[in-house]
Amino acid sequence: MIAHVVIWPILLPLVSAIVLMFFWNQSKIQRYITVLGHGITLLASFWLAMRTYSGDILTLNAGSWSAPYGIVFVADALSGSLVLLASLAAFCVGLFSVVSIGQGRASFGYFPILQFLLMGLNGSFLAGDIFNLYVWFEVIIISSFVLITLGSEKAQLEGAIKYVTMNLLASVIFLTGIAMLYGLLGSLNLADLSLKISQSEDNGLINTAAVLLLVGFGIKSAIFPMYFWLPASYHTPPAAVSAIFGGLLTKVGVYAMIRVFSLLFIDDPFIRGILIVLAVSSMVVGAMGALVQQNIRKIFSFLIISHIGFMIAGLGMFSTIAVIGMVFYLFHDIIVKTNAFMISGLIYKLRGSFRLENLGGMYNRYPYLSIMFALALFSLVGTPPLSGFWPKLFLLKASFNDLNWWIIGGIIAASFLTLIAIIKIWLAAFWKKHPNYAEAKKRIVWYDLPKIQKFTILLPIAILTFVSLYLGLNASRVVEICQLVADQITQPSVYIDAVLSNPVNQP
Amino acid sequence: MEILLAMTIGLLYAAGIFLILRRSMVRLIIGLILLGNGANLLIFLLGRISKGKPPIIPEESKVFLDAYADPIPQALILTAIVISFGLQAYAIILVKRAYRVVKTDDIEEMITTDEI
Amino acid sequence: MNTIILKTASKYLLPLLLLFSIFVLLRGHYLPGGGFVGGLIAAIAFVLHAFANGLPHTQRLMRIHPGFLMPFGLAISTISGMFPMLLNQPFMTGVWKKDPVPVIGSLGSALFFDIGVYLVVIGASLTILFTISETR
Repeated sequence: MIAHVVIWPILLPLVSAIVLMFFWNQSKIQRYITVLGHGITLLASFWLAMRTYSGDILTLNAGSWSAPYGIVFVADALSGSLVLLASLAAFCVGLFSVVSIGQGRASFGYFPILQFLLMGLNGSFLAGDIFNLYVWFEVIIISSFVLITLGSEKAQLEGAIKYVTMNLLASVIFLTGIAMLYGLLGSLNLADLSLKISQSEDNGLINTAAVLLLVGFGIKSAIFPMYFWLPASYHTPPAAVSAIFGGLLTKVGVYAMIRVFSLLFIDDPFIRGILIVLAVSSMVVGAMGALVQQNIRKIFSFLIISHIGFMIAGLGMFSTIAVIGMVFYLFHDIIVKTNAFMISGLIYKLRGSFRLENLGGMYNRYPYLSIMFALALFSLVGTPPLSGFWPKLFLLKASFNDLNWWIIGGIIAASFLTLIAIIKIWLAAFWKKHPNYAEAKKRIVWYDLPKIQKFTILLPIAILTFVSLYLGLNASRVVEICQLVADQITQPSVYIDAVLSNPVNQP
Repeated sequence: MEILLAMTIGLLYAAGIFLILRRSMVRLIIGLILLGNGANLLIFLLGRISKGKPPIIPEESKVFLDAYADPIPQALILTAIVISFGLQAYAIILVKRAYRVVKTDDIEEMITTDEI
Repeated sequence: MNTIILKTASKYLLPLLLLFSIFVLLRGHYLPGGGFVGGLIAAIAFVLHAFANGLPHTQRLMRIHPGFLMPFGLAISTISGMFPMLLNQPFMTGVWKKDPVPVIGSLGSALFFDIGVYLVVIGASLTILFTISETR
């Protein structure tokens, strides 16, 4: 049983979801099981991540079918870390939902669906087969469809129409790309495809498939010309749902891009060029979009788009230093974006609004909380020594090595605009006097909550702030891990050997 | 046969994209369904079509005696059909709900989420 | 649809179709059939009954909400997938009983997986169809 550590981060959420479904109408028990299930998944993921950090690539052949023929699950250092971070973020969001999700949503299956979402996320990080990746993507989107529409408010349904359309379209484009790859090369296993692509001569059609996959993943990760669905939908569901969406769903698209463009389509200057153009445009356009918004969650939504650009820029440059920066940014962004959306939910609970003009006086009333929020928000900007600083340093270093002035300009401009957006939030929500406190007080539920519930809401934010501080202050350890990841993904042969040489009956 | 299928696939993709670009929600859903079917047919075609040769080993022999149809595209299509069945059922219910709440079929009028 | 022919026929068709769905489910490993198709046939049987006799009547006949079949089906499938892990083999490996069982044929973990799929498909498709037809 212990040797199957690769599969546990997928199976444990599934088992918790099934247990939760048996308690469909007992939302009180569901809340305890949710925390327990996410906690156990987190432990299993932690264990898996620690095993991948020794440098091994763990594989598991499902159903004892050996590698290029059957479905294989692969955990290298990148997958292991992402599974750990996804489970951590989901644990915190689960804890946050225990209090913040009302009876109405819980009775329509909020908690089991959250577990299914985590299963899909962990599955797509561990999939070693491109069609399997597609199936996990579908698990993610069907769960996210349900989460985004639970409650059926007007804005939610309108946002959901846009979200559903774009995600279904992205799936079809992804499937078209898979069909082309299978038709050209006759394989679906990523390692096997990588070998076959390096031997094939028909580059035109393979590039077409690559661009189809780029568009499919690009829609999912909301990069420059394909991001319009994100700010139209992410601010509509409850804060807990926004948190897990903002922290993880776009990152799955980025992960898929990293996997595909580091393993399958490697030495192609055309695609690298496209990636860099898209990355710089996303950085600048996303950050400029954030400036005009008045709703905190819409500001964060636009910042997601901007910060996806940083990771894609790293993928576009693809030198070792760039990959270290990209992977570090990915780790940092998952934690900080989840935290940012949870903070916006807490601000709503404390002040009764998401809109900047109706907020204010936070620092005066809650100085210690405000400092915690400041740590989270300013690590989004990249203020040294917080966690956002180090990856930007690596990305800048990589772009100076390439003397790519577009990326240098993009990173600096986007960081500066992010700083302005965050300062705007800080001034309006924390330092400004509250415009109409007596009126707003009627909508605030915070004062009526019992102490234990207040603690349960604050704890996940504190955990994630602590992790983000750890990433920033103990950056040397994180850079070691990123170095390991960079070594593994810049040398696809390691991955290919680990997958294809695995004997069958060795779990 | 291949030419015919290829033209059908092209037609399905074109019709699907055309319908997605319309303003009505119902046409949007129909467009997505057509696109999904086009993708499934594409997998089927790119897996090379062969007639009447199931990938089943006859009982009296140990290996395949003849060329056989590739079973993987069939498995892929089956999976994709099951997934799109679920997603489309969901999308239809969503459109119905949205119609009742927003009281319009026109996507251009759904602008609540675009307020600054 | 209030024709007397359909009403009378559906009364006999429901058990027949259910029996046929179980037949399709059991032959599914080596022959065309299986849990998904079987589940759809069973779901269609109930939909036909609802067409002829009205939704409330069918729901009374089913006693439980079809959605309750889903956790049971998922549990059976997951357990049958995890069972080989107890024998220290990878997830989802087919484990087979040596001697064939009468009527069913060879008995293995794949059959239980299919039974789980069968229950989930009935539950999910009936929930969807009932939801669509309930809220007018």
